[in-house]
Amino acid sequence: MYVYDAFDRTLVAERVAEFRDQVARRLSGELTEEEFKPLRLMNGVYLQLHAYMLRIAIPYGTLSSQQLRMLAHVARRYDRGYGHFTTRTNIQFHWIKLEELPAAMTELASVGMHGMQTSGNNVRNITTDQWAGVAPDEIEDPRLWAEVIRQHVTLHPEFSFMPRKFKICVGTSVHDRAALRIHDLALRMHRNEAGELGFEVMVGGGLGRTPYLAKTIKPFLHKRDLLSYVEAVLRTYNQFGRRDNIWKARIKILVHDLGPEAFAEEVDAEWQVIKDGPLALDPAVVDEIATRFIYPDYAPFGDNPPELAETRRSDRRFAAWLDNSVANHKASGYAIVTLSLKPEGGTPGDCTAEQMDAIADVADRYSFGEIRVGHEQNLVLPHVAQRDLPAVWRALDKIGVAGANIGLVSDIISCPGLDYCNLANARSIPIAQELTRRFRNIDLQRDLGRLHINISGCINACGHHHVGHIGILGVEKNGEEFYQITLGGKADEDAKLGTLIGPAVPYGQVADVVEDIAAAYLELRARPEELFIDTVNRLGVEPFKERVYATR
Amino acid sequence: MTSPLDQKIRISGPVVVTANRVGDGAVVYRSADARWTTDLADAAVTSDATVARELLKDAVDDDLNAIGSYIAPVKRTEGDRLQPGNLRELIRWRGPSVELPAAPAERSLALQS
Repeated sequence: MYVYDAFDRTLVAERVAEFRDQVARRLSGELTEEEFKPLRLMNGVYLQLHAYMLRIAIPYGTLSSQQLRMLAHVARRYDRGYGHFTTRTNIQFHWIKLEELPAAMTELASVGMHGMQTSGNNVRNITTDQWAGVAPDEIEDPRLWAEVIRQHVTLHPEFSFMPRKFKICVGTSVHDRAALRIHDLALRMHRNEAGELGFEVMVGGGLGRTPYLAKTIKPFLHKRDLLSYVEAVLRTYNQFGRRDNIWKARIKILVHDLGPEAFAEEVDAEWQVIKDGPLALDPAVVDEIATRFIYPDYAPFGDNPPELAETRRSDRRFAAWLDNSVANHKASGYAIVTLSLKPEGGTPGDCTAEQMDAIADVADRYSFGEIRVGHEQNLVLPHVAQRDLPAVWRALDKIGVAGANIGLVSDIISCPGLDYCNLANARSIPIAQELTRRFRNIDLQRDLGRLHINISGCINACGHHHVGHIGILGVEKNGEEFYQITLGGKADEDAKLGTLIGPAVPYGQVADVVEDIAAAYLELRARPEELFIDTVNRLGVEPFKERVYATR
Repeated sequence: MTSPLDQKIRISGPVVVTANRVGDGAVVYRSADARWTTDLADAAVTSDATVARELLKDAVDDDLNAIGSYIAPVKRTEGDRLQPGNLRELIRWRGPSVELPAAPAERSLALQS
């Protein structure tokens, strides 16, 4: 966990006091909506179809049990008893009242939480691997670098009114679990030929109406130069990014139009001026930030304790959960547990106040009080002793978050869609719910293997449909909901955008189409071990397209 | 911020003026006596573009009580009951088409696909 210092606590408290005054002035009529809207957006307050929505930042997806209990309290006291974890590892409350927002924000601030920079044309919440600090394939904890950047860009005046929003992601593992290349700026740690640690810098990724994967503009950046180079990228974007057309304002358009090489030259020219100035990172400052990350004191347990094997043998459901939802930890005797927020018939990413409280209790007892949020809209207990896994499973099973479906077909990413969102053209959640019912059989899911379905209710692509193995995009045609299907997308270290297979299908046919695609895969795969995505890559989309449209 | 009054008003059937209430964001409709109501049945309904524009202007002017006023289609069902005229408005009127996780007993508003 990162422990905020007095500066952060004061900053958040002052912002809440300021917003309390702004809300009072809005309610009294002193501020018009035109004047108030940019102020509420700076605090993560949107207006959706039915109510205001409050988006709360969860920096690099790390939560303490105390913070999760506060989120449960806010859900219960100020909302309708639940929250929604998003693909940017934040949480949203969909039924907040403006009149009560200052009180809710005051309570959130008491645990260091806020909605700053969860909206607006600034640097948004910096995301990373939900297994940060515990993954066996990790070089070092990416959250340190995310925190260094967070401190610099928080309320930075130069980066508070950029052409559009700006999303940064930091990864330090061999396997990309954070979807690096769909971000405006992605930093991937690796070693150069001299064995030094630094970052590959990629820019211009993003989904939405014009999807692009980020391009590498600097293969290796020394750690000391991280902040100055990020600053140079932001300044270049601020200077050259388009402000005349919202659909062409993201950095991905600038990088595409200039070309990555020309963009890199512009960044480099800016960087040369500032690289040896105050933004050059002083190792002592970085070390000081690092000391504020508190790491667990792991016990010297061995791997595979006997109680684990015993429960695995005696309980088939536990065995399936262990295989799909539990991962290896860098410390021997420990495991990483992913909690599925994708129950059959449920809303992906939704979590009730009761579940939050119970998860906080389990985290306190079994995971050093720490919880993570991943962009796939699941939660993680990052430090569970293997000997405790049976007890953890029983506790999680009681509250419905012990699904054995992590990474499988029912582990669906979905935006809130037209059920909540002002921008959506079509519903996402009922599509996801129907698919989880169609694929309820865990044996079928396991036979299908790793298969990611991503659903967006509009072209803004909050549900990351372009990088789903099966992507589903809701569109509106003559007042009816239709859905475009793409195949072959992926968001890992070999990221790729999916290919559209043909005309959109109506709402009522989407689940049938996905079942047809799954059945085609089972017939077409070269061997049982060939993953869905590999079959699509080997054969292309044609055989799937033929299957889908043969009878439609 | 572009005013909805800057846009040409084209209507092809009955419409109401709708918005969200400032205090809590609730969906509201403009009534014939220039109030805001959460009950669609109490909304002023017109099929006349000039009248619709007047209603909208009146609504936009009431910035203290409502946000984002616009004209939305409605239709009459059997029994002459008023209902929203498209899916988006139906969801605004009824709430999400899916059960809310925390209060399933209160939500049984699944829409027909």
